[in-house]
Formats: sequence, structure tokens, C-alpha cells
Amino acid sequence: MMMIRIVPSDTNIQFINKRFIAMALSAFLVVASLGLYMTKGLNLGIDFLGGIMLEVKTKGAADIGDLRSRVSGLGLGDVSLQEFGEPDVVLIRVQRQEGGDNAQQAAVTKVKDALGDTVAEYRRTEFVGPTVGAELQESAFLAVVAAIGAILVYVWFRFEWQFGVGAVVALAHDVISTIGLFSLLALDFNLSTVAALLTIAGYSINDTVVVFDRIRENLRRYKKMPLVELLNVSINETLSRTVITSGTTFVAVLALYVFGTEVIRGFSFAMLFGILIGTWSSIFVASPFLLWIGVKRDWTGAVKTNPATSKA
Amino acid sequence: MLEFPTWKRILVIAICVFGVLYAAPNFMPAGWLQGLPEWAPGKRMNLGLDLRGGAHLLMQVDTQGYLKEVLENSDRTQFRSALTAAKTHGTVDVVGDALVVQVRDRDKFDDVRSRIRRENPDFSLEDLGDGKLRATLTEQALRDRLGTLVQQSISVIRRRIDEMGTTEPLIQQQGSERILIQVPGLSDTKRLKEIIGKTAKMTFHMVDMSCDPNGKIPLSDKLVPSDDVRSDGKPFMYCIEKRIRLTGQNLVDAQPTFQDGQPVVSFRFDSRGASVFGKITSDNVGKLFAIVLDDKVITAPRIESPILGGSGIIRGSFTVQSAKDLAILLRAGALPASMIYLEERSVGPGLGQDSVDAGETASLIGMALVVIYMFAAYGLFGLMANVALIFNVALILALLTVLQATLTLPGIAGIALTIGMAVDANVLIFERMREEVRNGRSPFNAVDAGYRRALTTIIDSNLTTLIAAVLLFAFGSGPIRGFGVTLTIGIVTSMFTAIMVTRFMVVVWLRSRRPQTLPI
Repeated sequence: MMMIRIVPSDTNIQFINKRFIAMALSAFLVVASLGLYMTKGLNLGIDFLGGIMLEVKTKGAADIGDLRSRVSGLGLGDVSLQEFGEPDVVLIRVQRQEGGDNAQQAAVTKVKDALGDTVAEYRRTEFVGPTVGAELQESAFLAVVAAIGAILVYVWFRFEWQFGVGAVVALAHDVISTIGLFSLLALDFNLSTVAALLTIAGYSINDTVVVFDRIRENLRRYKKMPLVELLNVSINETLSRTVITSGTTFVAVLALYVFGTEVIRGFSFAMLFGILIGTWSSIFVASPFLLWIGVKRDWTGAVKTNPATSKA
Repeated sequence: MLEFPTWKRILVIAICVFGVLYAAPNFMPAGWLQGLPEWAPGKRMNLGLDLRGGAHLLMQVDTQGYLKEVLENSDRTQFRSALTAAKTHGTVDVVGDALVVQVRDRDKFDDVRSRIRRENPDFSLEDLGDGKLRATLTEQALRDRLGTLVQQSISVIRRRIDEMGTTEPLIQQQGSERILIQVPGLSDTKRLKEIIGKTAKMTFHMVDMSCDPNGKIPLSDKLVPSDDVRSDGKPFMYCIEKRIRLTGQNLVDAQPTFQDGQPVVSFRFDSRGASVFGKITSDNVGKLFAIVLDDKVITAPRIESPILGGSGIIRGSFTVQSAKDLAILLRAGALPASMIYLEERSVGPGLGQDSVDAGETASLIGMALVVIYMFAAYGLFGLMANVALIFNVALILALLTVLQATLTLPGIAGIALTIGMAVDANVLIFERMREEVRNGRSPFNAVDAGYRRALTTIIDSNLTTLIAAVLLFAFGSGPIRGFGVTLTIGIVTSMFTAIMVTRFMVVVWLRSRRPQTLPI
């Protein structure tokens, strides 16, 4: 049987020794992401800001200039038009209208009247009023916070608090970096992006937990091994699994990115990035963080907690 | 981990067969399904509006406006009648959300108060002194009024949408004041919104012939615009009596029809309406009679002769469509309050089908890639994991079908993602087996230890992902919820297929071949 060993069994990469470079890189990622978020901000979609979005199929190739002049003459404020996947499909966005919830609805009718018979089919008509927008913003925020909190509690409960903190630091690293990427590229940040963030959180923690499981097992097995070496052994032992699972997930999402519709392209793009960053963080963020805050070395049942003896 | 009693084998096979059977109808052409016998599973997945196309509207009932109106009109009238019954004078005013009664004759104050209390149990009364009484709605009454209001609105909207002839509309209450409307297959919501957005309050008034719309308007009259436009571009105004002679509630039928080649709406009154209408038209021959819809005169015909049959015709500037719509509105009745549009998400049928096709392609290609990857990495064992993966997908589809959970576009993304992540449990197990083989264990021992040791890791890692998935379901709305559903189902089924189905295959293989080395 011919099998491809993606990671040879005798692999022994000194991951932990490279932790300073890795941590510096990760720290830069997080700081840059936060900086981008604070200065450039996110390109919030209508889900959160409120506003109007129409996806129309035009008769023949779209004349964006003509469509733009039709819509922008209505005095509805900021209007953006872009080709969406096909030459005859255009995405039209109109900013949230002043004047409360009913004003959005009135503006949709105005836009549709202005487009008139240039449109062959309204593929999507969406508007979100300020009330619902604010609610969606709140529930999305709640979902992310609750997810991170629940995961922290679970990991804390199953392992030790140091592991919980390590896992959540890695997870926050992944989520913040993804937000940074969306800010950098000014990608539309909407409800499906939040779903992607939560999935990234789930995926990242899944990866981290597998490594942590092995660390815990090795802590019981090699009581005298220096922590640096022990972490290295654990990461190397699980490396083949990490690479293969990341690989299968990556190719599955890649298929979604390439062959899926334009509507979920943002979602799959976030996921692709999330898989890479999640794999990175479980190796280079979560485990070195354990070294930094120290872990309980005696797992034979004693209550005594030792700080890490081998801070290299 | 290697003993696999017969009942367990049967159970695993039974679950897999269930998965295939219940997933199958989703792939059959529609014609086949009708040919299936009664007992065969013939249900398909419930596709969300983003996949089948349709309109999604979230509306809020304007409760504040409604409460104020009821307070100003019917409650105030009731309070006034208490003053009259007590044979005294006074005023009743709306102050904020309360009614304040000022009784002029102090001696009658107690009498008035007890009458109000007896006849208006919805209010709690507060004595302000100086013959003043403040009445506010009790919380219970407020809840009841709002509950009735929303229920009434829903039934009116349902009647209107049913009259439009749409299929399977979903109309349900959300929270305390909101109504969600989903109409599959309807992508142009313009008409839908026109139909459900109109209050359609119809009243019949006499036009005051002695009043000049440009001059002083008597207190008993009001000015109402019409659809007709004057030469200066402003709407033609009518001066009509405030007194309502008849309302749309007295109508029993309304139909679009034609008269002299013009689209008109014919209507019929109930018996009370017919007799009132007969009397009015008998008493006012030669005068103008106004039909007012939502504070707009749609027509004001001259009464040529008494109309005693209880039916008539509304002639306005109608198109065929607007005559049809007005008939629908009149038949379905007026909305008790106006509606505020909060959100719309409508998808055309073209985009829906595109999404389904693209989702299918992406999932199949993703699956093919994962299958190749697993085979390349683990050989025979990879093959077994692949068989389990196929059963996993079948089980996800079967569960979605049986639960009739709504499959959305993000839901399809969830399935595609699950395909990639589902093999993780097998990867963990196979990696363990490799390690055990390397440590010099026999094939049986290696397989046994591989499953045993990997199990805690599998449970830990899957449970954490499950937490995120369940939260997506709990906090997410609409399509995101659909993603949470498929992800949650996918995690559960993948644990079953990875742990039980592959183990079943591995055990059968081990026992029949008794290999000396594990090909892993």
C-alpha cells in the first residue's frame, strides 16, 4: 500500500525554541489588527448598520455607469455599485436612510422604480432598519463573548486554569487577526462573518485541545522532562494529525470558496484564513503560553501546584 | 475496544441504513417520489427562503399609535358617558398615556368615580384632588389589548395574503409586537408590501355641499384630499362630514369588475349596512357621497336615486391591478393599526437555484478532495474512513430531513465544513495506531489502544466545537441559525461514524484477515 507520510514519524522540530520569533510575529499580528480596527475600522454590512442591498440581474451586460446615475440621482446618500460574480449581476448598496424604520422600505421602492426595466430579475432585496441592525449587532457580540466564555469554562473544567487561559489567548489571537484581515482588506463584515468567527473559534480550540491533551498525557508520563522539551515532544507527536486535519478542512473549505456562490465567498475566505491561523496558534501561541504562565507538573493526584521549573 | 457484540453491529448497520434511506429522497427526481409506496420515506429537506427563493419581511405593529387612538376615541367616549350618566359636566383629556377626568360638580365626584370603575375595569384610578381623576391602563389590560391587537393584525394579514393566492405563506408572531411573514416563491415584494402595508380603513361620509374647501371649515366637517389632481398640481380637496355613516366592517363582499370598459370595484353590504345605506341614499338624493380609504377620498359620486339592494360600485382612477388589490383589502378587512417595516430579505428564484447548485458542486468536490487526501495518507484505513464519511453525509441529510430543519445557504457551508472536519476523529485514531505500532504493539493491541487513547481527545475536541455550534444556533438569526443546525448535527454524526462505523469495519477486517502487520 502506498501511503504518503505527510509528516515523517521521526519529525522533531524545535517549535518551542523558536517561540520568541513566533510570539513576536503573533504579537505584531494582534497589535496590527487592533490598530487597524481602531483606525480604519470595519466595513460593516447592512446587517449591523442598517441600509439597503439589492442584487440585480440586468438585461445583458450591466452598464454600471447608467445604473449608478439612476440610483445616485435619488438623493439617498451613499450609494455603491459593484459587479457581483457575473457581468450581468450587480450589487447595489444604499446607506441607511434617516427617518426610522419605515424610511428604508420607502427608499427600496424608489430605487426599484428608478432602475425600471433595466433589471431582468431582482436576485436579492434586503433592507435592515436601524432597530433590527442594533439588535443584530448586540446578539452577534453576545454570541462571540458567550462562545469564548463557554469554551474557557470547558477547558478550565477539563484541564487546569493555565490551559484554559492558554486556549483562550490562542483563540482571541485567531479571532482578532481575522477581524484585522477584514479591516485591512475592507471586506464586508456581516452576520455570516460572525458565524465564520465563531466557527474559527471552535476550530482553533479543537486544534489547541488536541495538543493540550497530549501535553497533559506527557506531563503524567514524563515527570522529570523539562517543560520546553515536553511541549516540543507533544507538538511533534500531534503534528501529523494537525497537518492532516488542517489539510482536509482546508481543501473542503477551498472547494466552497472556489465553487460556492458569491454570497458565501466572504464566509469561506474568513474560514480559510481561520484554519491557517488556528493551526499556527495552537502550535506557536497556546503551547508557549503554557510555558510562560507555568503548569502544574504533578498530575498523580497531589494537590500541590508547582510553577514551571524550567523556564528557559 | 475490539469486542463488538451482535446487537451493536445491528444497531450500527440499522443507523446507517436509516441514513441512506431518509437521505435518498433528496436526490430523486420529483416524479419518483409520487411513485413511492406509502410507507417509504418520501420527505425532502426543508429548504430555506435563501435557497428556494421567496420573501421574508419582519414588521412591527404600531402599538403606540393604536393605544393612543383607542384611548382618545373609545375610552374617552366611555368616560364621557359616565359623566352624563351621573348628570354632571366635566372634561376628559388625554394626558400622556392616561385619561384625566375633571368633574365640575364636586358632589357628583364619587358617583362618577364609581361608575367609571364599574364600567372600565381596564383602568386603575387615582384621585388627584380638586375633582380630578387620573385613569391609567392596568398592566394586565395593556398586555391584553396588545395581545388582541397583534392577533387581529395577524389574522387580517393572513386573510390578505391568502386572497393574493400565494402558496404556504408563514405568518407568525415574533416577540410581543412583531410579525414575521415568509412567502416562498415570491421575489418581487412590491405588491406584497402594498397589500399588507395598507391599513385599508374604509369609511362612508356625506360631502358637505354648503362648505367651501377653500374657506372656513365648520367644526363638524373635515378636509380630505383625493386622488384627483387640480390644475395647480395639488390634490383636489373634499369637505366631508366628520360623522361616519358606514364603515368597511359592514361589507360582506368586494370584487373587481368592469363598467363601461373601466376597472371598478363592486361591493355588497351586510343587512344592517344595506338598510343604513338605503336610508342614506333615499334621504340625500342629488347630494355627494364620499368613500374614504385611509384618509383619502377615492370617489365621491352623486346619489342619483336611492340604492336599496345593499350593493354598489366604487369608481375611481383604478387600473386592473389596483381594482383587484382594493377588492382584496376590502374583503380581508382593515388592519387595526399601521405597520412598520423593520427588515426585508427576499431572494429571487434564480439566485436560490444558483446557490443550491453551487453548494452541491462545492460539497461534492470538497468531499472528493478529502477522500483522495485520506486515501493517500492512510491507505486501507483511509478507505474505511472515507466509507464512514459518506455515511456521515447521508446521516446529516437524513437528520435534516427527518427533523425538517431548515437548510440554508450557510447550512450548506456547514455541511461542506463538516466534511472537512469529520475525518478528524479518524485522523486522531489512526495517528494513535501508528504510534502504537511504532512502539512495537501487535496489530490487535495497536488498534485497541489507538481507539481507547484517542477517545478522550476526540470527545474533548468535539465538545468544544459543539459549544460554538450550539451558540451559533442559540444566538444566530435566520440563515446563521441554519449554519448552527448543520454544524451541530454534523459534529454529532461525525463522532458516531468515526468511532462506531470505522471501528466496525476495522474490527471485521482484523478478525477475518488476522494481519501480522497493520498497513497504516
